Amino acid sequence: MLTPLQQILEAVLLAAGEPLSRARLEEIMGEEVDAAILDEALRGLAASYAERGFELVEVASGLRLQARERFAPWIARLTPERPARYSRAVLETLALIAWKQPVTRAEIEAVRGVSVNPNILRTLQERGWITVVGKKEAPGRPDLFGTTRQFLDDFNLQCLEDLAARVFPEPAKER
Amino acid sequence: MVQPEFVARVGEQLVLEFPQDLYIPPDALAVILESFEGPLDLLLYLIRKQNIDILDIPIAEVTRQYMGYIELMQGMQLELAADYLVMAAWLAEIKSRMLLPRPPKTEDEDEEDPRLALVRRLQEYELLRQAAERLDALPRVERDVFPVSVQPPAIERRQEPPKVALDELLEALRTALQRAALVEHHHIQREAISVRERMSLILLRVAEGAVLLLDLLTPDEGRRGVVVSFLALLELLKGGQIEVERDAEGLFLVSVKTEAC
Repeated sequence: MLTPLQQILEAVLLAAGEPLSRARLEEIMGEEVDAAILDEALRGLAASYAERGFELVEVASGLRLQARERFAPWIARLTPERPARYSRAVLETLALIAWKQPVTRAEIEAVRGVSVNPNILRTLQERGWITVVGKKEAPGRPDLFGTTRQFLDDFNLQCLEDLAARVFPEPAKER
Repeated sequence: MVQPEFVARVGEQLVLEFPQDLYIPPDALAVILESFEGPLDLLLYLIRKQNIDILDIPIAEVTRQYMGYIELMQGMQLELAADYLVMAAWLAEIKSRMLLPRPPKTEDEDEEDPRLALVRRLQEYELLRQAAERLDALPRVERDVFPVSVQPPAIERRQEPPKVALDELLEALRTALQRAALVEHHHIQREAISVRERMSLILLRVAEGAVLLLDLLTPDEGRRGVVVSFLALLELLKGGQIEVERDAEGLFLVSVKTEAC
């Protein structure tokens, strides 16, 4: 049985259509609900979905309800076209930016051993996964690239450490 | 290029003959031609195919295979990326440095294996390759997981009318009275005005649409008329039949009370 608070949380999370941070949820729930109460309610809510087709997950931007990964093949049939597959060049570039950020194009090329096609960086920027986080204090002041919160959200990650633990052999550098 | 005595070495063990099953025929290379992500990727492939310890690369043999690949690319008239040629030059340089007799070791000079720089880059690239694969394997939004949402119920966002304080209302009365005072002396006759009657009149006017408060408190009826109108307004407000709000310009607007839904 869900508590009234859990029912409200469920309704809000379902209606939001985007991840909601804990701070935002606290704000929505009003004064009686503090971080500890919220945390307990969310745990209970997450547990209650054990037998459902969706789950409550926490990503970089906050909490969201999502259909479970194992049902992807059926959900994919909703839309005729297959989701875009990214080439190894795109994936390697993205992985390298996530790993060594902030990183310049020249540094990416040094590790990959090939010149980086500008289209790759543009594709990743348009997808909202990378962004120019600054300029390097070096000749030509080249752009420094880093990953975005959207990137973490879309790869089901909470933070860069989370990414490092799952993908990289050593901790990713702090932003 | 000098012919090596052995084709590969696994640890301390020398492999004298090239194993047939590990040989990559040029035709096979043609098939996988497109799938390499650059010279490092190709080198790693060649090294892995031959089960060579990455720390102990037989440069001559690897270079020969690498050059075979480059020639194949040129033969197929593919636009050869300069990166591949740079790597070929580097391989040749490593081999030639290995062939040169080394000067006797000095204390302060650290003579390292010329292959080490290549090995480091290959190892780093190998890590990146694996990271990219693992990254791709992570559940991804719109590919593996799909955010769930429901249609929220229709919400009528009603803007709260600004609160009107009593003294603000009294201030409006004062303004109206002042205006009335200016014209009062024009009145010779005074009508007896009842509050009840005025309430009905106001309601009738307001029913046709919102009216400015100052238009209801008409000065041409004199001070007394304004007071009666104001009393009527207060009665109607109390009874909840009308409401007073401020419009964008800050003027009081009297309108029929709408039911909150």
